[in-house]
Amino acid sequence: MSKKSSEIPMAGNILEPGNAREYKTGGWRAERPKHNPEDCLWIKNGTCALCCIFCPDNAIKLSEKDGKFLYAYDYDYCKGCGICANECPKSCITMEAE
Amino acid sequence: MAATVKMTKPKGSIEGLTGDAAIAYALKQCDIDVLSAYPITPQTIIVEDYQRFFAEGQVKTKVIPVESEHSAMSACIGASAAGARVATASASAGLALMWEVLYCASGMRQPIVLAVANRALSAPINIHNDWSDSYGARDSGFIQMYCQSCQEAYDTTIMSFRIAENHNVLLPAMVCIDGFILSHNVERVELLPDEVVRDFVGVRVPVQPLDTDKPITMGPLCLTDYYFEFKEQEDKAMREVFKVYKDVEAEFQKVTGRSYGMYETYKTKDADIIMLTHSSPAGTAKAVVDALREQGEKVGVLRMKLFRPFPAAELAKELSSAKAVAVFEKCLSFGAPTNPLALEVRTALYDLPKKPMVTDFVVGLGGRDVPPATIVEGYNKTKQYLEKGKAPLYETLGVRK
Amino acid sequence: MTAMALDFSKGIIEVTWHGRGGQGVVTSNQMLGKAALSEGNYIQAFPEFGPERTGAPVRAFLRISKKPIQLYSQVYQPDIVVCIDPTLLSVVNPSEGLKKDGTLVLNTTLTPAQIRSKYGLKSGKVVTVDASTIAMQILGRPFYNMPTLAAAVKATGAVKMETVVAEVLSRYPGKVGELNKKAMERAASEVNIE
Repeated sequence: MSKKSSEIPMAGNILEPGNAREYKTGGWRAERPKHNPEDCLWIKNGTCALCCIFCPDNAIKLSEKDGKFLYAYDYDYCKGCGICANECPKSCITMEAE
Repeated sequence: MAATVKMTKPKGSIEGLTGDAAIAYALKQCDIDVLSAYPITPQTIIVEDYQRFFAEGQVKTKVIPVESEHSAMSACIGASAAGARVATASASAGLALMWEVLYCASGMRQPIVLAVANRALSAPINIHNDWSDSYGARDSGFIQMYCQSCQEAYDTTIMSFRIAENHNVLLPAMVCIDGFILSHNVERVELLPDEVVRDFVGVRVPVQPLDTDKPITMGPLCLTDYYFEFKEQEDKAMREVFKVYKDVEAEFQKVTGRSYGMYETYKTKDADIIMLTHSSPAGTAKAVVDALREQGEKVGVLRMKLFRPFPAAELAKELSSAKAVAVFEKCLSFGAPTNPLALEVRTALYDLPKKPMVTDFVVGLGGRDVPPATIVEGYNKTKQYLEKGKAPLYETLGVRK
Repeated sequence: MTAMALDFSKGIIEVTWHGRGGQGVVTSNQMLGKAALSEGNYIQAFPEFGPERTGAPVRAFLRISKKPIQLYSQVYQPDIVVCIDPTLLSVVNPSEGLKKDGTLVLNTTLTPAQIRSKYGLKSGKVVTVDASTIAMQILGRPFYNMPTLAAAVKATGAVKMETVVAEVLSRYPGKVGELNKKAMERAASEVNIE
């Protein structure tokens, strides 16, 4: 994070697309989302997914394996904004202090 | 160095062209990809002529008429970022409206050529020549070259692309001529054959262009952690101009027999007083020197051409043997201890063990004619101040007060 | 050192034109300049950058030299003064600044002798031509500039007449150029020089 002027691309150009990945913003988090799978529609039948759609940091990883629907947070990038908790129609996400 | 304006090889045509027309013709021959401009007197002929070349199918350039100079420079930056060779032209209020975007052009390291027909700033509104417009932009990161003749305006426009697009530089460049005094003055201009210019300027090789196959981000937010480093890069690039300028000019001289130097010295060798100025007053000052020399006066002229970057070290050497340097400039820097050109000159001389006296005369604001008599008056005053051993920081000449 | 005693334009022929906006002052000046250029000279041809409105008095300046011209101010002591418009003679004094051995070229019905006494001119050359009448008779419109230009060329020999005519024909190809050529030839034959 402290390269010299001769070591960085000209004029602030960013040459690698998607390099925001290198900047782990999970450290900004004051509250972390906690997922309760009991009423979650994704876990139940692979629908809804509003939390994932609204997440501004693409930090909710939804997947399917062997007919089972899996749910995970990527805490490297989750800033703890709480949008997922706000959007969940079944109120199965709660925010807890770090 | 002394300017060499020898008309030799290769045989192009000789035309009577105004300064504006000469620049337009040079742009045509430089095979620019995009020209985006908004018309403003006295730069108008450049864009008018270029639009005519376009309408007649003489150029393949994409000409983008825009609704303001702010947009003109913005369009230039976009085109240049995509790798195009780009030019525009402006003056006075137009240049002022471009201001914000000038810094974007240099900060994004886009080698855009901007022809400026120097014109006074409002208010009161005035269409005539002084240097307030481009002097105001002297810190914008643009290279600035000031031309004395239509031939030089033509030659400099051609060279400017090579200087700006050099990979050690990559900075935008202003080619400045005195509004009306040169922009509307028909002079003898020796044009180069198209293929000679084409070979000389070549095709721009862009660095990190916008490319959909290899996407990059340009002009991102950059705060306390890195902004300073990018300005350090820009400063270094500007310092590179000295060498690149010399190299490009040496090559140009080989092709055309003409060169101008970062500055031109005229009869300065044994001069007690050196008059320092640029653009059209520098020509008049040379005519004054010829007349004064016949009277036995030891006087010469140093005509600046490259104002940004400012060749301070070389200038100090040239001026060190003089007893006084009389600066003539067409700009008032309100509230400053002295005015832009003299500020630079004084700074350049500050470290000399034996400093010449510097006098600063503000002349010709708003197109007020600068006749030989005004230059002589400045010379006489400088002589008097030398005898007294003391001079004011600056004064205005040729104004009723 | 007084500037008055010095000659800043050695080897340069300096011309001042007077006329009104719309009469072709700038154009005639450029044509004379381009003619001089094609004869191998260096030139500067520039208007006085005033409000160039139709009818307003305007000036234009020309410098001709065998060497590159350094001087960039307006012309203060012309070798040649040309005035296109006869009605201007009561508004401006065209002989102002004219060099002692200079040439004054006027579109007027007055004789050179009358002009000399009007402006108190004792030396130099005074040239008159009734360009207004010539223009109206040949061109049918009040374009006085070309016949006046012809008178100036005839009287001063600054450039060759055929060079100027060629310049006019290349700028105005076809009938307009031919009529102007005719007007110029007649002006050259009717010019009064004293």
